[in-house]
Amino acid sequence: MNRIDTRGMSCPQPVLMTKKAIDRSTEALEILAGDNTAKNNIKRFLESKGFSVEIEETNEEFLLKATK
Amino acid sequence: MQSKKGIISTGAAIGLIAVLLVKMGNPANMGFCIACFIRDIAGGLGLHRAAVVQYLRPEIMGLVLGAFIAAKAGKEFSSRGGSSPMTRFFLGIIVMIGALMFLGCPLRMILRLAGGDLNALVGIVGFAAGIYIGVLFLNKGFSLKRTYRLPDFEGYSFPLFNIFLMVLLLAAPAFVIFSESGPGSMYAPIAIALAAGLVVGFLAQKSRLCCVGGTRDMILFRDNYLLLGFLAIFVFAAIGNMATGMFSLGFEGQPVAHTDGLWNFLGMAVVGWGSVLLGGCPLRQLILAGEGNADSAITFFGMLVGAGFAHNFSLAASPKGATVNGQIAIAICIVLLVAISAANIEKTPFKSKGDLS
Repeated sequence: MNRIDTRGMSCPQPVLMTKKAIDRSTEALEILAGDNTAKNNIKRFLESKGFSVEIEETNEEFLLKATK
Repeated sequence: MQSKKGIISTGAAIGLIAVLLVKMGNPANMGFCIACFIRDIAGGLGLHRAAVVQYLRPEIMGLVLGAFIAAKAGKEFSSRGGSSPMTRFFLGIIVMIGALMFLGCPLRMILRLAGGDLNALVGIVGFAAGIYIGVLFLNKGFSLKRTYRLPDFEGYSFPLFNIFLMVLLLAAPAFVIFSESGPGSMYAPIAIALAAGLVVGFLAQKSRLCCVGGTRDMILFRDNYLLLGFLAIFVFAAIGNMATGMFSLGFEGQPVAHTDGLWNFLGMAVVGWGSVLLGGCPLRQLILAGEGNADSAITFFGMLVGAGFAHNFSLAASPKGATVNGQIAIAICIVLLVAISAANIEKTPFKSKGDLS
């Protein structure tokens, strides 16, 4: 399982990190996002690339689980 | 709000409110200009002595407080910081010097074009070129690293500072300077300007509107979300200007603008590049600062100091054109941008010391 941590990164790095991760491998991916903006941007990006995304919220942070 | 409808209606509201503010007294094509208004505040506080651009613009306080209210209401207020604050401070100075060469932040660039000022078109080309260079460095692994949670007071301090500025504006003590002529003497009534700022700050927080993000995300991800907001500002401000007889097409004689294409281009290239490194345009920095982001608040103070430098050292352009000092300053800014961009590239991208995974 690929896992990346985008918490606290400025725009657009959370999405860019996600893009680099899916460019390396298209298998399932878990992404930590530290705020709503990053969460929504990553979700929008992944869905545009044909992934389905599930989101778990814990302690004001988000774990996005992306699968194709 | 984070739908295409949300970002388009935010852009539309900004475009129309900007026209309204000009009708109510703001300088032409300057319903909103984050750089010009911060420059006016720097003058109002006596940080520079350019007598024609001194006023405490309540639009700025409104934007910050509107974003603060929206963030609190949406449970998105979060006190955080620590992502290369000193570098961000310097980037704030650099972005301000670039903006005052062009005579406007990216938001005013769109508003100028919507008023028929074709010099803004040259600015947009420079802006896009600057963004493109910034994106090249992002792709190479440029990062100012992470922000971290900080004590609540850190996040509240900038909204509180803006309340203090409002108090200064209303109390108008003798040490606050108000222009008697020039753009600084032209302003919409305080209540209207503050309300306009509050509404736009609220909407911009909800929709994440960012003038640099539109072009950046198109280049990086072919994502048009933010670009739609940018375009909506243009379309609705242009309609508003035409409807009220304030549209005047051409290069010459445009309000608070000059026709020196090279320096309009380079000024906005510096703004675009610097804003990409910061992660958002000057407007977006104000909104983030209202949400509790201390790094963006520091960027504001960088812009405030940059505005002081720009007028104290004769770097700012005027309707007569660029100054030699300003041209030298832009060259120095470009050298600094190269240095900042190159120095912050991570060899192994996105793995910082202390990362959890």
